[in-house]
Amino acid sequence: MDVGIEEPRALYQKRIPIVTRSVKGRFRNFKWGVMVLAYAVFFGLPWLPWTRHGVASQAVMFDLGGRRFFIFDLVMYPQNVFWLALLLFIAATFLFFATSLIGRAFCGYFCFQTLWTDIFIWIEKLVQGERPARIRLQRQPWDREKILKLGVTHALWLLISFWTGMTFMLYYGYAPDLLVRFFTGHAAYAAYVTVFALTATTYAAAGLMREQICAYVCPYGRFQSVMYDPETLAVAYDARRGDGSMGRAAPRAELKIHAIRQQKGYGDCIDCGFCVQVCPAGIDIRDGLQYRCISCGLCIDACNNIMDSVGYPRGLIRYDSEANLALPQPAKPHIHWKRLKVVGYFVALGVMTGALVYSIATRTNFEHDVQQIRQPLYVVLSNGDIRNRYQIRLTNKSGADMEYRITTQGLPPGALDLGEMQTVKVHSGNSVIVQASIKLTPQQVGKYPRFDFVITPLSAPEDKVVEQVNFYSRTDEQ
Amino acid sequence: MSQEKLQSHTVQTTGHAWDGDLQEYNNPIPNWWLYAFYISVLAAIAYWFTYPAWPVGKGFTTGFDHITYVNDKGVTKTTHWNTRALFMKETNEAVAAQKPYFDKVAATPFEQIAKDPELNSFVVSAGKQLFSDNCAACHQQGGGGKMGFAPNLTDDDWLYGGHYANIQQTITNGRHGYMPPFAEVLTDAQITQLADYVLSLSHVAVNPDSARAGDALFHSETAACYYCHGADAKGRQVLGSANLTDSIWLWANVPGAGTIPLKEAAVKNVIRQGLNKGVMPSWKDRLSPEQIKLLAVYVHELGGGK
Ligand code: SF4
Ligand code: SF4
Repeated sequence: MDVGIEEPRALYQKRIPIVTRSVKGRFRNFKWGVMVLAYAVFFGLPWLPWTRHGVASQAVMFDLGGRRFFIFDLVMYPQNVFWLALLLFIAATFLFFATSLIGRAFCGYFCFQTLWTDIFIWIEKLVQGERPARIRLQRQPWDREKILKLGVTHALWLLISFWTGMTFMLYYGYAPDLLVRFFTGHAAYAAYVTVFALTATTYAAAGLMREQICAYVCPYGRFQSVMYDPETLAVAYDARRGDGSMGRAAPRAELKIHAIRQQKGYGDCIDCGFCVQVCPAGIDIRDGLQYRCISCGLCIDACNNIMDSVGYPRGLIRYDSEANLALPQPAKPHIHWKRLKVVGYFVALGVMTGALVYSIATRTNFEHDVQQIRQPLYVVLSNGDIRNRYQIRLTNKSGADMEYRITTQGLPPGALDLGEMQTVKVHSGNSVIVQASIKLTPQQVGKYPRFDFVITPLSAPEDKVVEQVNFYSRTDEQ
Repeated sequence: MSQEKLQSHTVQTTGHAWDGDLQEYNNPIPNWWLYAFYISVLAAIAYWFTYPAWPVGKGFTTGFDHITYVNDKGVTKTTHWNTRALFMKETNEAVAAQKPYFDKVAATPFEQIAKDPELNSFVVSAGKQLFSDNCAACHQQGGGGKMGFAPNLTDDDWLYGGHYANIQQTITNGRHGYMPPFAEVLTDAQITQLADYVLSLSHVAVNPDSARAGDALFHSETAACYYCHGADAKGRQVLGSANLTDSIWLWANVPGAGTIPLKEAAVKNVIRQGLNKGVMPSWKDRLSPEQIKLLAVYVHELGGGK
C-alpha cells in the first residue's frame, strides 16, 4: 500500500454539502411509514385528552412540579424511578440485540436525527426542486430566485424546529393552557429557554449539520458499529457481482445484454452513481461497509430501480452478511439468530421486560416505607418497659384522597401507639410520615423479636400491605 | 475488494516522517469544530466581564452582574454577583417557601397538629433539621441523650413536664437544675444509706436495713431530700427534681454499673457532690417562636407524648 507520500493537508475541513436525489422503493416507503407514525406520536400526543380526576386531562404529561409523570392510566412517582432504569436497560439490550442481527437498523429508520433530517431534505426538495436543480441553485449567484428559494426553505425549517421545541415543552404541562401562556408571555422562564434551545439545535442539527452529527457527534453509531459480527446483516454492495473481473461499465450498446456482459467479464454495476446520489451520508457504498453508513437502505432502492430499468436481477446492493458475501456461492441472505450472543440478548430482554411488566401490573396505588428509628435503637421507659419507634411513610398515588389504617400483627394488644392518629388521611399525590411506637414489658420482649405492620387503605382493604420489622432490646432483658 | 480500493485511494498524512517511514494519518476534523472552539473562547471572555474574575491590585474585577438579597438583620443588600450572595438569596427563597407551613404550625393548636398527618409530616421533617442544628449537640442526634450530661428525650420521663406547653417553656427560657452537695452535711455512712434507699426504690437488691435507715434520713430534716424530691420520692416537675422511683437514670449510671457496690458508688457520687450542671440554655434569642413551637411538637413526639 502506497501511503503518506503527500503534501500536508489542512487540519480542518470544510463541509462538502450533500445534495441527495430522491428515490422511490421499499425502504423509502418503510421510512415514510416510520416517519408518519413517529411524527404523529410526537406532535399529537400532548393533545390527546384523557379522563382523569383532579388533574389535567392530558394522556401524557410530565408534571415536574408535582413530581409525577402521567402516562395514560399509569402514574409514575419518584419511587417508581427504577421502572425508568429497567426501561433504559431494555432499550439498550434491544439495541444490542437488533444491531447484532441487522446492524444499525436504529440509525437509518428510527433515529431522531434521521427523521428530522429526512423531513428537512424533503422540504428542500419541495422548494428548490430535485438534485440537479438544487446543485444549479447552489452555483447560481445571489439573485432574487436564490434568495427567495433559500429563504423559504430556511423559514420552513425554522418553523418546524420551533414547533418541535414547542411540542417538547407541551409535555410538561397542560398543553392548551401552556400554549396560550407561552404566546402571551406568561410561561415560565424555563419554557422559553427550552423552546429556544430546541429550536436552535433542531435547526442546526437537521438543517445544517446533518450527516456530520452521525459522523462526528453521535456516540451511538460508534458503539453500534463495533457490535457487528460476520453474520450481521448490513447494507452491502455485492462487489463480486457488481465489478466482475473487468470492472464496472456503462451499458453501452455492446454491453447491454446481461449474458454478454457476464461473458465478457464485466460486472452488473453500470456505474450510474445513483446509489451515491441518494445517500444522505454522502458515501459510496461500493467502497465497502463504512462507519458513516447509517443503514438507511436508500441505495438499495436506488440500485434496484436501476437494475429493473436495465433488466438485470435486483439485489446488487442488498442487506447481506459479510460471511455470506464471502462464500463462493452466496446463499439467500437471512437473519442469523442462532448465535449465543443473540440468544443471550434475547433472554436478557425477555427477563427484564417480564420484570417491568410484572412490576407495573402489580403496583399498588399507595407506596409505603417502614423504617426503624435507630437513634436510639430502643428506649427504656420509667416502668422498665422497652419501646421501639418506627417511621412509616405513606405516599398516596391513587387519583383520590385516601385514608389508611395502621395495625400490627403478632404483638400483644395495646403495644402499638400511633399518638393522635387513629386513621391517616393522605391527599392525592401527597406523602405523610407517621411515627409509630411499640411498647413491650421486659417479660414480653424476648417473645417478639419481630412482628408485622399492616397498612390497610380503608376504601380498598384488599390492597393492604404487610411489612415485617424487628423489635430491638437489650440482650440481658430477653 | 477493499484491498483494491485502498490502493486507489492514497491516505492523507500530516507530512511528518520519523525513522524514515513512520508517518501519521491526518483525519481533518470539520471546520465547525474549530468555530465551536472560537465561540467558547468568546464565551469565556463574556464570562470574565459578567462575573468576578481577575485580581487587580487590592481588588478584583467584579463583573456586570448584580444580586439582591435580604441579610440576617432584614436589610436588603445589592452587591456584585458572588456565590455567597447567591447562597443568601437562595436561603431567602427557601425560607419564604417554608413560611406558610411554619405559619400554619403557629396558628394551629398543639393537639390539632398531631392529628393532622400532613402538617405533622412537615413537623417531623423540619423538626428533625432544627433538632440536628440546635439540640443534637447535647441531646444527641435522635434525642437519645447522654447519661450524666443531657436527658434522654425519647423516654417517657420528663424532668420539667412532658406536656406541649412544658416543652415549649423549656426550649424558650431554658432550665437550670441544681442539687446541693451533701458531702458537707452528711457522713459517708449516711450517704451510703441514702443511696441504698434510692436504689431500693428502683428495685435494686440492696441491704434492706441500710435502705430503711436511708428512708428515715430521706424524710428527716437532716438530709431533707423530700423537700425537692417529694415525700414519695417521685420528684417535682416545677423544680425539675428527678423521679427517683422509676427505672430512668440521668446523672448516676446505675444501669451501666455492673455490681451493686458500683451502682451504690454511682448514686453516692451524685449525693456527695450535688449537681450544678443540668443547664439547658434559653433558645428564645436564637430561634423564632414558630420554630420553638414546631420543635416542641417534635420533641413531644420523640418521647411518645405525655
Ligand atoms: S450507503 Fe446506502 S444505506 Fe448507507 S447511508 Fe448511504 S444510502 Fe444509506
Ligand atoms: S446504483 Fe447500482 S448500478 Fe448504479 S452505480 Fe450504484 S451500484 Fe452501480
